[in-house]
Amino acid sequence: MKKLLIATLVLGLFGGASLSVQASPEQDLKEFRAYFKNRFPGTPFNDFVNGVYSIDAASREQWEEIEEFPPYELNIEKGETLFNTPFANGKSYADCFDKGGIGIAHRYPFFDQESGQVITLEGSINACRAVNGEKPLKWSKGAIADVSAYMHYTSRGQVINVVVPSDPAAQAAYQQGKNHFYAKRGQLNMSCADCHAYNSGNKIRADLLSPALGHTSGFPVYRSKWGGMGTLHRRYGGCNKQVRAKPYKAQSDEYKTLEYFHSYMSNGLEINGPSARK
Amino acid sequence: MRHTAKKLFMTTFSLAAVIGALLFTSFPASAADGASVIEKGKAVAFDRKKGNCLACHAMGDGTLPGNIGPPLIGMKARFPDKAKMRAQIWDPTVANPNSIMIPFGRNRVLSEEEIDQIVEYTYSL
Ligand code: HEC
Ligand code: HEC
Repeated sequence: MKKLLIATLVLGLFGGASLSVQASPEQDLKEFRAYFKNRFPGTPFNDFVNGVYSIDAASREQWEEIEEFPPYELNIEKGETLFNTPFANGKSYADCFDKGGIGIAHRYPFFDQESGQVITLEGSINACRAVNGEKPLKWSKGAIADVSAYMHYTSRGQVINVVVPSDPAAQAAYQQGKNHFYAKRGQLNMSCADCHAYNSGNKIRADLLSPALGHTSGFPVYRSKWGGMGTLHRRYGGCNKQVRAKPYKAQSDEYKTLEYFHSYMSNGLEINGPSARK
Repeated sequence: MRHTAKKLFMTTFSLAAVIGALLFTSFPASAADGASVIEKGKAVAFDRKKGNCLACHAMGDGTLPGNIGPPLIGMKARFPDKAKMRAQIWDPTVANPNSIMIPFGRNRVLSEEEIDQIVEYTYSL
């Protein structure tokens, strides 16, 4: 009995300890980068922004040709027009954002300490419409992806700089996103990390799996499979469905916190969105 | 009365005929006719909505296999105990909690019968 008690106590201590020594975001980032550097020694750090093409010479050439006359060009133009068209009250998107909304995508998502929420760029686009009495745009594709594409386009070359303040609520949001990334889910029981960390560079059937480092820099993307633009959350939904997990809604708390963690892991890389993908 | 008896006779007869037909068609398949179980196992293993084993394993003459898992060849030598191989397919997380391989049995992705069929096919490789 006494032995059992001690065993339980020790277990309890360890359990508690492993929770309290949770790695800091800074520590996670260091390990995340080191992992991919080690896994893909031939890929320079700055090249991870190119998704699967950063590790696949075979498909890269064809992709570079596509990027010369990019299929998303029209979307950037549409996004620019939408961005510059005044709302019914005479104001426009530029009034809602720092620097008139130009060249700021690399700061998203961020944690808003006042509301206790992760704020994404797409979330801010619709919030801007709301305060100006406009109807919200539908999430994940269409006009919102076009406006986001334009805003990312003006931010190309800016270095991703997602901040996780020491505020416990911000740390908790980061942890929630990290948990989503590493937790197995769906009937097929796979985590994001299973495919995009431990098996990145391997083939799932004929598809090469991209490294998660740099994943977020190129969004939104024009996918030939979609026949159009989609946001990061649209892609999350697709990857959840592949493992027969019920996808969350675009801009749900679950996906916002996932984006928070996922983008933080790409800190130090340049924004190069929008991009073209298969 | 006679009428009913005739009717009864007729139904019994046709029922027997149906059962007979069922027996004839199902008997060969369930009687461990090696080749056809292996064929069924291969079909379930290659079906993208079922086993989809080719997503991760080179396997038999399947085209464009992935390379996440090891090629499935020489399985009799790898698994002298067939039950151990079945256990790997039923729930790979027992041997490796972080396995990316799907727990086909535990999560009911495949029926027990389908798993038995896949085991026969895989074991023949
Ligand atoms: C069953 C394997 C699998 C799982 C699990 C999976 N993905 Fe994917 N994912 C893919 C494949 C295949 C692609 C397309 C090829 C590529 O770019 O990797 C892809 C593409 C992506 C892309 C687009 C990358 C780009 O450059 O366009 C992102 C972002 C992404 N996945 C994130 C995630 C996240 C986050 C999760 C977990 C919620 C996840 N994936 C889970 C297989 C998977
Ligand atoms: C998503 C990837 C994936 C899928 C799908 C998959 N496997 Fe696997 N399989 C693996 C990996 C990875 C291993 C290596 C051991 C481990 O991590 O569990 C493995 C190991 C095995 C082994 C043991 C091999 C050995 O030599 O030890 C067998 C047998 C096997 N798989 C059969 C199957 C069959 C049959 C199917 C389809 C019904 C299947 N697998 C589907 C990834 C997969």
